[in-house]
This record gives sequence, C-alpha cells and structure tokens, in this order.
Amino acid sequence: MTELELKKTAVKVRRGIIEGVYGAQAGHPGGSLSAADILTCLYFDEMRNLDPKDPKKKDRDRFVLSKGHAAPGLYATLANKGYFPVEDLPTLRHLNSYLQGHPNMNEVPGVDMSTGSLGQGISAAVGMAVAGKMDNASYRVYALTGDGELQEGQLWEASMFAGAHNLDNFCVIVDNNNYQIDGAISDVCSPYPIDKKFEAFNFHVINIDGHDFSQMKKAFAEARETKGMPTAIIAKTIKGKDISYMENQAGWHGKAPNKEQYDIAMQDLDKVDQALG
Amino acid sequence: MDIVKKATREGYGDALVKWADEFPDMVVLDADLAGSTKTGQFKKVHPERFVDCGVAEADMTGIAAGLATTGKIPVISSFAVFATGRNYDQIRNSVAYPRLNVKIGGTHAGVTVGEDGASHQALEDIALMRALPGMTVISPADYAESIEVVKAALQHDGPVYMRFGRAAVPVVTDKLPGYKFELGKGSVIKEGKDVTIFATGILVAAAMDAAEMLKDAGIDAEIINIATIKPIDRELVVRSARKTGMVVTAEEHSIIGGLGSAVCEVLSEEAPTKVYRIGVRDEFGVSGSAGDLIKKYGFDGQGVCDSVRKFLGK
Repeated sequence: MTELELKKTAVKVRRGIIEGVYGAQAGHPGGSLSAADILTCLYFDEMRNLDPKDPKKKDRDRFVLSKGHAAPGLYATLANKGYFPVEDLPTLRHLNSYLQGHPNMNEVPGVDMSTGSLGQGISAAVGMAVAGKMDNASYRVYALTGDGELQEGQLWEASMFAGAHNLDNFCVIVDNNNYQIDGAISDVCSPYPIDKKFEAFNFHVINIDGHDFSQMKKAFAEARETKGMPTAIIAKTIKGKDISYMENQAGWHGKAPNKEQYDIAMQDLDKVDQALG
Repeated sequence: MDIVKKATREGYGDALVKWADEFPDMVVLDADLAGSTKTGQFKKVHPERFVDCGVAEADMTGIAAGLATTGKIPVISSFAVFATGRNYDQIRNSVAYPRLNVKIGGTHAGVTVGEDGASHQALEDIALMRALPGMTVISPADYAESIEVVKAALQHDGPVYMRFGRAAVPVVTDKLPGYKFELGKGSVIKEGKDVTIFATGILVAAAMDAAEMLKDAGIDAEIINIATIKPIDRELVVRSARKTGMVVTAEEHSIIGGLGSAVCEVLSEEAPTKVYRIGVRDEFGVSGSAGDLIKKYGFDGQGVCDSVRKFLGK
C-alpha cells in the first residue's frame, strides 16, 4: 500500500476505535489510537499470506496483541481488513457479542492469540516463532507490547529466550506512548532506556516514529532482513493520537466518550481525512 | 510377592519417550529441571522436539501456548509447585481460557518431595487446576498408571494437568486383574460394604494396605482409585457412597480443594454422606525424608487405617 492509502486506512481504523468504545461505553481508546498506525501498517502492508476468508491459514504471518486492552484497535483493524463486518464494532463488550473486552482467539476471526493479562502475549508469540523454526516454516511473528507493559517481568523472560535462541522470525513492537493508567511511565516506574534494554537481550533495535508510515515500512523491511537475532521496534507514539482532547491524556486510557465527545472525535477524524485529500 | 517401588515421575519420563512416535506433534518443554522431572530422557532421544526454557516457568507456559496455536502438543514440566503456582495466571489466561492443547506435567507433588520443605511441596496444585474451566486433572497412582495417563492426556484435545511424585512408591495397578486406566473413570480396586475409601496418587497403595489391616478389625472397606480428579466419575462416587454409607477420601494434598472437596461436592448434591478427608489439614509442609513425612501425615497403610477406624468409631 502507498503511504497515502495507509494513512487513509488508519483514519478508518481510528473511526472504528471510536465506534467501538462509544458503543461499549467502556474500553481503552488511548492505547488503541496510539497503536492504530502500527496496526494498519502491519495488516495492510507488512504481514504476508493473510486471508480474511481463511483466518487460520497455516503459512500466514502471525500477530499477537500483547497489550490486549488495545482490543478496540485490533478489532477495528481486522474489520477493515475484512475479517468481520465493520458494523459489528459498536457491539464491543456487549453481552452476547463476540467482540469480548479483550481478544479471544476462539471467538474473533483473525485473532491469533487470546490476550489481556499483560506480559503474556509476547511469550505466546515467541512460542509461535519457535514452532516456525521447528517446522522450517516461512511465516513471521509480530507482537505489540505497551510501554507500561515493559514493567511485567515475563516480558523480559520472553525477550531473554528470543534473543538467546536467535529467533529472527520474531519482531516485537513497543507502542511507546509514554502513559499508563497511573500516569507517565517515567513517573510510575520508568522502563527507559527501552532500546538499550532490548539490545542487551540480543535484539536488533530500531527506534522510529510510530505515526510515520515511511519509517515503519523501512523498519519492518529491516527486521525481515535481519538474521540471527529478533528485532525490537521502539515506536514513539502519542496516546489518544488524532483525537484532540485525548492526546497525551492518561485519563483516556480506559474511558469512553459521551455523545458530545463522540461527535468531536468524529469531526477530528474528518479533518485528518480531509487534510489527506 | 515382591513389591516393586518406582516414582511416578519415572513413569512420566518413560511415557514421554514411549509415546513420542505415536504423537509426532508432541514437544516437551522444561524449566531447568529436566534431570529431576525426567524429561531429560525425551531430550536425549528427540533433542529437536525439546525446549529448555531456563528458570522461567511463566515464559515456558506462554511459549507452550504459542506452540499449541500452530498444532503442536506441548508438554510443560516443572515441580508441581512451580508448574501450577508460579505460572497460574499464564495457565489461566494463555492456556485454559483459549482452550489450548497444552499438557502440564507437575512432578515432586505433595510432601514426599521431602527434604526441600514447604517452598517445594505442592499441596494446592489440584485445587488450583481443578478450578479452571476445561482443565482435566489426573493424579496417577503409580508408575504403571503414569505411563497410561500420559498417553490418555496426549489423546485428549484440551489442557490437562498431570500430577507426579518424586519418591519411589509401590507399583500396584499392573498387578490388578483387568485393570485399565480410562480418562474420567474411577476404578474399584477392592469391593467392600462398610466404608468407601476414595484414594488418589500414592494414597492408593496406602489404602490397599489399610484395607488388609481394616479386615483384621472387622471392617470391610471398598477401595476406589480416583486417578481422574476432574472430570470426576460422579456415577461411581455416588454408587459406592450409597452402598457403604460412609466415605473417606485420601490424597497427598490439602484437604481444601482437592479430591476430598471434589467428592464432597458430588455427594452433597446427589447423595449426602458423612465424609472424612485424609490429607494435609490446612497447613504448609515441613522438611524431612519422604518416609518420615508419610508417617507424620498418616499417608501410609497404618495411617489410613487409623483414620478410618477413628472415623467409624471401631
């Protein structure tokens, strides 16, 4: 996809996020919006052998949303990719909806792993990468982690394993939006310097702007070419990106907009879309 | 007749090697305890299907979940206390909730891990695993049954917890005529009419010994091996309790949440019966030799016999 097409798609994904959390009157918009461009780049440009009609295709690239609370972002991405109807997004978190509060691989087409308890998805992704090596398969495995999630010890257990086992078919992306529920990550319990930590665990590390598609495409290509070690892409992002009143506000980590705020959010996204031409 | 003694963990290790060809998708994972859990034997024969995760039980569990999403049958191993407790949230959220086909082998369960003491003595593992939706829980009685339990677990599609011990214990099930382990089925080892002893794990052999002693005291005990604690054989539990009217449960586990609780749950709903639970009574274990601890907690024939007689008042 061209950068312009990716940007246009990301606006649709962000609309889906707002539809979801507004419909649910709950959920996590902040960290979904920060990850929206990364998710768009992965699903619409980087990942290979995806087939929405055959979500469990054997040789598909896999994705694990280790920061499972960004489910509205993943659902909006999958819906726009064609795994299920975009019209279902407002049923998020409703009783009897398949769009559970956190991703459930047995309910939602296209979800490769159930997640929600932080620090766990990355291990599952590493397990998929191990299977790929055992089977000499060509698929790659991507995991998206939050920056607050870096405080979970299991994430470093998994990183140590991936680095020690030279899993070059594995790529972790850190959604570095700098905020967690209780405030700025540097105030709560700083995980910085993030890049140096992954380097020490034998990762090839790439620092990028997580809203710049040109940088993202380049980083994913570089990860694909990197042999003998996994790649960590540290993506600097803005929590609540593109919704004027949500940007860089920890308070919008897990809160839904009311009708008035919903209207403003949609106007904000219309403006972004119009600016793209 | 000479009684052969062998640890159930030996059965686990031998079974993994024995069934390896029949289950080519099986992958064995350990967390730096391959020598103790006996998975090292599998590693020797199939190094390409073995993953040592290092001392990282949580990560091992997640890696197993990821492997399972691709169609592998991962078997994770550690001491029971770390294979179910250290990684409880990982088993709950990354294995049980997504219903992934991961097998958990917990060795060194119960007090008979011995000298290591309370930190290493899993007495809550059955309770933890039993509470998880969709989790099958099996506690084989001896070496011979362990071999069959591993096969049944591999055949079953879904998460399974298998509980093994460290100490060499009598091999008894292979001498029982027509005995065969079947997932979800308890088995009557000896018919009786005065009291039913539902036993699991190493308490099965102890209950068999106790039955002999009880006979001398004029008590005819029915001995039932409940290897599959979940799903429990409800029909057999109810039938035997109705027949004898008095029930004793026996397990190398806390009396809270294990076999005793499982039997009480069934009976209180279907056939209210007076029950005495032999087990560790809401306390942590202590260091000691396996033999001394078995005596201390009353987990040998004499101990079970004494508990039953006290319960019956005979």
